[in-house]
Amino acid sequence: MKNKGIVEFWVGLFVVAGIGALAFLAFQVGGFSGDDFGDTYQVEARFSNVGGLTSKAPVNMAGVRIGRVSAIRIDSNNYDAIVEMSIDQRYDNLPIDTSASILTQGLLGSQFVGLEPGGDDLYLEDGDEITLTQSAVVLEQLISQMLFSKAEGDEQ
Amino acid sequence: MSAIRDLGAWTLNSIARWGRAGIFLARTLAGFAWILRRFGLVIQQVFSVGVRTLVIIVVSGLFVGMVLGLQGYNTLVDFGAETSLGLLVALTLTRELGPVLTALLFAGRAGSALTAEIGLMKATEQLAAMEMMAVDPINRVVAPRFLAGFIAMPLLAALFTAVGVYGGYLVGVSLLGVDAGVYWSGMQEGVDLYEDIFNGVIKSLVFGFVVTWIAVFEGYDAVPTSEGVSRATTRTVVNASLSVLALDFILTSLMFD
Repeated sequence: MKNKGIVEFWVGLFVVAGIGALAFLAFQVGGFSGDDFGDTYQVEARFSNVGGLTSKAPVNMAGVRIGRVSAIRIDSNNYDAIVEMSIDQRYDNLPIDTSASILTQGLLGSQFVGLEPGGDDLYLEDGDEITLTQSAVVLEQLISQMLFSKAEGDEQ
Repeated sequence: MSAIRDLGAWTLNSIARWGRAGIFLARTLAGFAWILRRFGLVIQQVFSVGVRTLVIIVVSGLFVGMVLGLQGYNTLVDFGAETSLGLLVALTLTRELGPVLTALLFAGRAGSALTAEIGLMKATEQLAAMEMMAVDPINRVVAPRFLAGFIAMPLLAALFTAVGVYGGYLVGVSLLGVDAGVYWSGMQEGVDLYEDIFNGVIKSLVFGFVVTWIAVFEGYDAVPTSEGVSRATTRTVVNASLSVLALDFILTSLMFD
C-alpha cells in the first residue's frame, strides 16, 4: 500500500472535486448564474405581453448581445409586465428614446429583447425606464385575428 | 424427471443465494458501527474504488458530452432549435446518462476488482485466517469496501455529469457556434434543482448501493478456486449492469411521471 499521507491527500482531492461537481451542477446547470458581464446597470421596460420571454434571456442591439433580462414581474396597478434588464456598463450611451421590442430567434426559437437606438442626446441611466416598447407577437392571437378578419371580409 | 429435479435444485439454490445475500447485507450494515471507529480503512478503499476510477469516468464523461453536443446540434439545427442544445445535454446527463453510465463503468472498473480481491482472499484462506484471529472479516474487509463504494459512486456520477456538460459546451459553443449565454441560460431555465439534479443524485446513491453490494457479495460467496473467482467476477459485472438498467427503469417511472 502507498504512503498513507498520499492516499489521504488523493481521497481528499477526490471528495473536493466530487462536491465541486455537485455545486457546479446545482448552480451553473440548475439555475443560479453568475453574470458573464462585468459591471452592469439596470433598465426597465413595460410590455403589455412578454410572450415566452424568460429571465436570463439575451438583450440585443443590432444583433449584438449587450445584456440580459434579470427579472420579469407584473405591475399590480395596471397589469403590465415589467422587464428588468442588466446592460453591460460598456454600453452606457444608449439614447433615452431607445425602443425595446420582444423578438424571436428564428421561427420557433427562444425570445429575446431587441433594442433600437433613438436619436436623443440624453442617455439611459441606472434605474431608467424605456417607454417605447413593442410587445411580443403571440402567434395564436395573430392567426385568430387573421381568421376573424377573413370571416368578416367574406360576409361583406 | 431429471429436468424437473434440475429445476427444483436451481430454484432452491436461487432462494438460498438470495437468503445468503440478505444475511450478508444485514451483517455488513451491522459492521458499519465498527468501521466508523476505524475510518482510515474506508479512506483507503475510497482511494482504490473512487480515485482509481476517476480517469475512466472523466474521459468517458467528456466524450459522452461531446457526442451529445454533436448529435443534438445536428438534430436540433434542422428545426432552428439549436438554442435548446444546453438543455438537451444537461437533462440527458443529469437524469439518465450520468448516473447510469457511471454505474456501468463503476461495475466494470471497481466492482470487478472488489469481487476478485475478496474472492482471492477467500481462495487463499486469508478470510479464514482472520476468523482464527477473532477478527470478523465482514467488519474488517467487506464493510469498508461497501461504505467506500457507497461514498464514491455519487461523487463519480456528479463528476461525470459536470464533465459531460462541459464536453457539450466544448462542441456546441466552441466548435459549432451556439451562443454561450443561450447554452447556459436554456439549461438553467429547463433544469430543475430538485426534479432533475436531486433525483439524479438519488439514482446514483441507489446504484452505488446495489453495485457494491453485488460486488462484495459475489466475492464473499465465490467458490474458493481460481475458476470460481473468475466466474464470480463475471457474474458481478453482468448482474450489476443488468440490475442498474432494470432499477433505472423503475426509478425513472417513479420519479418522472
